Amino acid sequence: MFDFVSFIPRAIAQSIPLLYGSTGEIITEKSGNLNLGIPGVMYVGGICGVIGSFLYEHSFEDPSQMNAALGILIPLICCLVGSLLMGLLYCFLTVTLRANQNVTGLAMTTFGVGFGNFFGGSLIKLAGADVPSISLSTTSGLFRTTLPFAGSLGDFGQMFLSFGFLAYVAIVIALVSSHVLTKTRIGLQLRAVGEDPATADAAGIDITRYKYVATCLGCMIAGLGGLYYVMDYANGVWSNDAFGDRGWLAIALVIFTIWRPNVSILASILFGGLYILYLFIPTGTDLAVKELYKMLPYVVTIIVLVITSVRNKRENQPPEGLGLPYFREDR
Amino acid sequence: MAEKQPAVRMRHISKSFGQVKANHDVDLDIYGGEILALLGENGSGKTTLMNMLSGIYFPDAGSIEIQGKPVTIASPKDAFEHGIGMVHQHFRLVNVFSATENIVLGLDESEGFDLKAAAEKIHAICEAYGFDVDLNQKVYEMSVSQKQTVEIVKLIYRGADILILDEPTAVLTPQETEKLFAVLRNMRNDGKAIVIITHKLHEVQEISDRVVVLRKGENVGEMITAESTTQQMTNMMVGHQVTLNIERPTPVDPVERIRVKGLTVRDDEGVLKLDDVSFSAFGGEVLGIAGVSNSGQKELLEAIAGLQGVESGSIQYVGDDGQVQELTGKDPYQISSMGVALSFVPEDRLGMGLVGSMSITDNMLLRSFRDGKSIFADRKAPRELAEKVVGDLEVDTPGVDTPVRRLSGGNVQKVLVGREISSSPSVLLCAYAVRGLDVNSSYLIYDLINKQKQSGVAVVYVGEDLDVLLELCDKILVLCSGKVSGIVDARSTTKNKVGLMMTRLKGGEAA
Amino acid sequence: MIHISKRKEMPLSQSMAIRGLSIVLALVICGVITTILTGLNPIDVYATFFSGAFGSARKIWILLQEIAILLCVSLALTPAFKMKFWNLGGEGQVLMGALATAACMILLGDKIPNGLLIACMVVSSIVAGAVWGLIPALFKAKWNTNETLFTLMMNYVATQLVAYFIIVWEVPKGSGKIGIINQSTEAGWLPQIGDYKYLLNIILVAIITVLMYIYLKYTKHGYEISVVGESTNTARYVGINVPKVIIRTMLLSGAICGFAGLLLVGGTDHTLTTTIANGRGFTGVMVAWLAKFNPFSMIASSFLLVFMERGASEISTIYALNQSFADILTGIILFFIIGSEFFITYKVNFTKKSEEVEKADV
Repeated sequence: MFDFVSFIPRAIAQSIPLLYGSTGEIITEKSGNLNLGIPGVMYVGGICGVIGSFLYEHSFEDPSQMNAALGILIPLICCLVGSLLMGLLYCFLTVTLRANQNVTGLAMTTFGVGFGNFFGGSLIKLAGADVPSISLSTTSGLFRTTLPFAGSLGDFGQMFLSFGFLAYVAIVIALVSSHVLTKTRIGLQLRAVGEDPATADAAGIDITRYKYVATCLGCMIAGLGGLYYVMDYANGVWSNDAFGDRGWLAIALVIFTIWRPNVSILASILFGGLYILYLFIPTGTDLAVKELYKMLPYVVTIIVLVITSVRNKRENQPPEGLGLPYFREDR
Repeated sequence: MAEKQPAVRMRHISKSFGQVKANHDVDLDIYGGEILALLGENGSGKTTLMNMLSGIYFPDAGSIEIQGKPVTIASPKDAFEHGIGMVHQHFRLVNVFSATENIVLGLDESEGFDLKAAAEKIHAICEAYGFDVDLNQKVYEMSVSQKQTVEIVKLIYRGADILILDEPTAVLTPQETEKLFAVLRNMRNDGKAIVIITHKLHEVQEISDRVVVLRKGENVGEMITAESTTQQMTNMMVGHQVTLNIERPTPVDPVERIRVKGLTVRDDEGVLKLDDVSFSAFGGEVLGIAGVSNSGQKELLEAIAGLQGVESGSIQYVGDDGQVQELTGKDPYQISSMGVALSFVPEDRLGMGLVGSMSITDNMLLRSFRDGKSIFADRKAPRELAEKVVGDLEVDTPGVDTPVRRLSGGNVQKVLVGREISSSPSVLLCAYAVRGLDVNSSYLIYDLINKQKQSGVAVVYVGEDLDVLLELCDKILVLCSGKVSGIVDARSTTKNKVGLMMTRLKGGEAA
Repeated sequence: MIHISKRKEMPLSQSMAIRGLSIVLALVICGVITTILTGLNPIDVYATFFSGAFGSARKIWILLQEIAILLCVSLALTPAFKMKFWNLGGEGQVLMGALATAACMILLGDKIPNGLLIACMVVSSIVAGAVWGLIPALFKAKWNTNETLFTLMMNYVATQLVAYFIIVWEVPKGSGKIGIINQSTEAGWLPQIGDYKYLLNIILVAIITVLMYIYLKYTKHGYEISVVGESTNTARYVGINVPKVIIRTMLLSGAICGFAGLLLVGGTDHTLTTTIANGRGFTGVMVAWLAKFNPFSMIASSFLLVFMERGASEISTIYALNQSFADILTGIILFFIIGSEFFITYKVNFTKKSEEVEKADV
């Protein structure tokens, strides 16, 4: 019998960084910016949170004396500021300086992943701290605090209520984003910017402002995915490259969900599940097969991409202006 | 009507683009409760004039008053605040949005965002004027006429009292045109001022109250529709025949080269562009194609050149030995592989005929790069050709390695025409070969065309200036809404007659 | 008020000056950052950089080898980019080439003569890379499937495929590693020229560079690629079969990537890991783009990136910092160069408000 009770919570835990990343990227792409820097942004978000909490935690002799509110706020704010700066950089280069989006995004990923791994590997030396590795167990404890009654609800509690608050925030953000994108004026105008900037411009919408705000907001949301990963999933332990290719998986998720954050909630759990499925499938001693299971999210994404292009249904296409720069004088 | 305060009063409006005077000292009054037809040939400055009213362009000189108050209109937003709205030929709609979403896009309503309330308001507008729109339909699922309706409703929803429609019927079927006219009349009766830009006389007769005629950027007169005949309007629109003194050698032994039978073409959206077109083009003759813009000229040339899918009918090439080869369904490469030397000077020079970022030499290579068995493209011959074209046609360029994008319009055209005639074609297709060119360059192009004709080439020349067509061509085929309304002898016909044929089909009935 | 307009064309000397200036600025910033992090004085920072890149004969060889492989991948991507096909799948195509090479070495290692083995490796690596490039191209040509996203996903399918075979072939069992393949027999190891381990790779890539330059600039195929990239309408106008060109070009692009995989496995590493491409599929995009798709300029841009990496790596070794320091500096340099393109393409005019209105209307 397949062990759902332990599979589901692990799939969900895997899904949260993906959900943050894909929600952030969907908002960004809806403005017409294809930000391939998202994997880098998630590293930056994670490491900025780590730096903040590392410095805060190490300012105490005994970390248990930390102020719980500050212990959460400091890494949170550091993470948001770091991701915001990445978003501003991307916008400055692609919107203001009109640089190529793909090249800028890839450069940001190189930079961001390097930034994360560098500080992850060198923070202790740079801060002159006297510890063997970065392990922010106290801060992590704060991030991992679950609802007090979760444990008393048996399987249900374990499957759905055993997560830290960032997991629920991710779902709330995805739902709110979905609502804003489809049901509000701002969402309508944002989609117009991504679909047809010339028309949006003619209707009096400030293209530059929308692109900046959407991209920066998208980066901040994606950055939270990095923070969740270190603080909650990894118990406050930063290890280099452990975050892996989750950033790219998040971009795959954007295509898989056809640019819908609410669908992404379930789809990210599916992807998270596929990511760890090998642990739950009896393959005997054949460890090799698990690597093939890990391929599944990408394969299904390609299939979705192909099907949507073959069916050519207009609603299911990437935003028409995606990846294309817009300058009014080119009209 | 003179005592009534005009909704718009334009005085001494002038606008130039570089050397070209688009409008010169134009006065125009527009009244509420009236449909004004702005009539003129292509390039007479109608659209430019209206673009200044809708904030796309800013006049070089002149003044505009709205309801008696002087105003400055510097952007579409300004125009909008004065209640002016314009439906352009290219619609500004987001494809994946519904009609309602498009209509409310960009509005800053303080009461928040309520698509349902907006839909009710739009519905009320539609009821009042008789618009037929499915508000939940996505724009990409709409026909052209539905999109146009959405554009008009959008303007009214935003409170426009002065509506300008740029050739609204160009893309409509007769039934759709009827529907549009019905709502336009409703809006007029409601007191709105309506301007329709057109060159179709029968529509002017049918819908407008007053006509203002523009010719070569100037207001050449106005009349009350009910008191005027189409003949008077045509005279005013085309003006007196002007003598240009273009040389026209007499054709020597014309032989049939291209035979088109029952050609029918639809565009990607399924709109009928050519309807049962039949004609022949003869070697040693220049066949002019006349017609108001968008009558199917582009599709006709592209179909012959192998760039346009054909729904039915056939295009045949008749060789020197009388052998007939079928060109229908062949791409340009297959056509040239069949040994048919067909040259094409397309309308969009830098978007289709040439590669802007490449040098003159490399652009010469476009036609010849396949020559020879080597895997290398031979640049020696193209370079010589480039030098020859630059020398013979006096192309003003620093050298043959200069990217064509950096040349002026006339020089770009010389490069393109030079390449196309260099392959000693047996058929030469030209679309608007002198558009945007100065007088000297234009005459140079006419000379080149005549030389081709004298060497036995069948030239098909699509033009917009009737004076030129009448003096350059041997025969003129007149297209009207994708149909052939007649083929006339250019030597014996008059400008007036061709002008009438452009708007009416052969039988004399309005198209 | 600021008014931005496209420049007609900038003389090469001026555009090179702008790029040079941006690189200098970036290097200054990198120096400042390094100084802050290490406390080293700025002159010493640059000295360390140079010694990291050129400090010994061995270091110079490594530098050249790294340039060669990066250049090889960049060259592979170039024809696709020239055609405006965003091949972000270089990583996967290199991996597939590497996988095919390793497969030949492991499965045929002691069964066929070495010459034949190497021939098999060459053919299979090229075919594997080409197939990986062909798949997205087919869908692009037929259904206009977004190639940026497609090629990106193909990278991870390839990564997992490699991960699978690494476990299938792992030595010793349970280690999760393949180790050096055919260490005792050296079967399938590309021949070494004299005492120089990397020389063959460098020579091969130099040949590819020249061939690619010729291919793009002088052949009919290269010309077709340029026309398709500039305008598909013009391509149709002269009867170029656009889908055919897309497919052919991506086959070539993938094939050369696969060849880079061969050089990595057969030439230098003699093993297979999932990270053997080491991000070159992405870095190559930037190398090609920075060089404006000119193969010879790409030597310079790949040199710049490899030099930064080697120099930064030296600094991190000496100061016991993390090796990822190089990526940060590379990122900074890239940002500056990417930003500088704006000033080459556009002219910024500061005008008074009244003039602005005039200009905006024209």
